[in-house]
Amino acid sequence: MKDKQLIVSAIKNGTVIDHVPAKNLFKVITILNLDSIDTQITFGTNLESKKLGSKAIIKISDKYFLDEEINRIALVAPQAKLNIIRDYEVIEKRVVEVPDSIIGIVKCVNPMCITNQEEVKTKFSVISKDEVSLKCYYCEKITHQDQMTIYNVNSQY
Amino acid sequence: MQNKSLVSITDYSKAEYLKILDLAAEFEKNPNQEILKGKLVATLFFEPSTRTRLSFETAINRLGGRVIGFADVNSSSVTKGESLKDTIKMVTSYADLIVIRHPTEGAARYASEIATVPVINAGDGANQHPTQTLLDLYSIQKTQKTLENLNMFMIGDLKYGRTVHSLLMAMSYFNPTFYFISPDELKMPREYLIYLNQQKIKYYEYKEFMPIISEADIVYMTRVQKERFSDPIEYEKTKNAYVLRNSMLEHTRANMKILHPLPRVNEISLDVDENPKAYYFTQALNGVFVRQAIISSILGLNS
Ligand SMILES: [Zn+2]
Repeated sequence: MKDKQLIVSAIKNGTVIDHVPAKNLFKVITILNLDSIDTQITFGTNLESKKLGSKAIIKISDKYFLDEEINRIALVAPQAKLNIIRDYEVIEKRVVEVPDSIIGIVKCVNPMCITNQEEVKTKFSVISKDEVSLKCYYCEKITHQDQMTIYNVNSQY
Repeated sequence: MQNKSLVSITDYSKAEYLKILDLAAEFEKNPNQEILKGKLVATLFFEPSTRTRLSFETAINRLGGRVIGFADVNSSSVTKGESLKDTIKMVTSYADLIVIRHPTEGAARYASEIATVPVINAGDGANQHPTQTLLDLYSIQKTQKTLENLNMFMIGDLKYGRTVHSLLMAMSYFNPTFYFISPDELKMPREYLIYLNQQKIKYYEYKEFMPIISEADIVYMTRVQKERFSDPIEYEKTKNAYVLRNSMLEHTRANMKILHPLPRVNEISLDVDENPKAYYFTQALNGVFVRQAIISSILGLNS
């Protein structure tokens, strides 16, 4: 047990995001805009997980997130758990929750959609939260979990 | 519904549908009412559709309003480079109402976000064409004297046909029984069947209509297009199964009417046209009254 925890070193203050599916680690980094944060970030990936098969863990020093920020990762890491750390102690645990609507982040699956033809930011209502499916506000087509493409931060309008 | 855009058939409630239909009946009795005098309506057709454009422009003219706009992108100054956003921003400062047809799905919704005046969707690609749906409802109500408890037959391409999808959604307020008749490749998409299950609305799926057509109150025909088939041999085998001929109407109900969004190709043979059960040409004419009703409701002119 101890060995495993040492893979990613402890932080004094900040947020630990655990139970991220390993294949979606970089999507989580993109969605949370972590590449523009200047505090220390460490992550480990391809760690063993009974639930996920292979998981990743991200530790971000001196950074706390709003619910609405963190819920954005629900699309790619619905089982993620957050530990809020102060002075090396976990002072709060949080789970992510799929929000009722998603603005930006995800590309509409429909190539004929206005959001894929002009510079229009995507907007979806979440019509299913278990197997996440999103209904496009513009073209009204459904984007299912397995069809989701996450925008790179810089390509969002 | 004053000042409210009509982009999708789900934008209106049942009560709002019924109000439009009542108003359309008034316009049918008395089509020339100059209540739009001094108003300017922009008809922006980013793809040509002469039928829909003439219907809208007739409706506007009968209301005494004036029209600006273009009939297709090539004949207008809207070049490929200009974004929809910029065009709408310009037009919204001239017109009291915008009617838009665009090949891109969601274009009308987007236009309604940018425009400061209401927007009517006259078709956005394969997505929505709500004024068509309302004229379908009007035609059904007028011929059946009710919208409630009808046997609705939908025949042909139920997979890609946006008119049947919107009509399904709109009719589901009125407790219909649906009969979906299509080849395997063009069946009603699952999401609509799930919706009907949730609404507890009965439906049946068939591959042929002859054994059951005697049950129909409304037969809604759609075009089966060759390019929709992955296998051309499959198309050749099935194409004739979805053609309606006059001889097939012998044992149908007296009140039965045949609807079609037009233009047709060969899915209704010409010998049906003279049958009193053929309603598709009148259905198209009803479009003018329904569009008069929609425009005047949105501009708050019917009091
Ligand atoms: Zn879309």
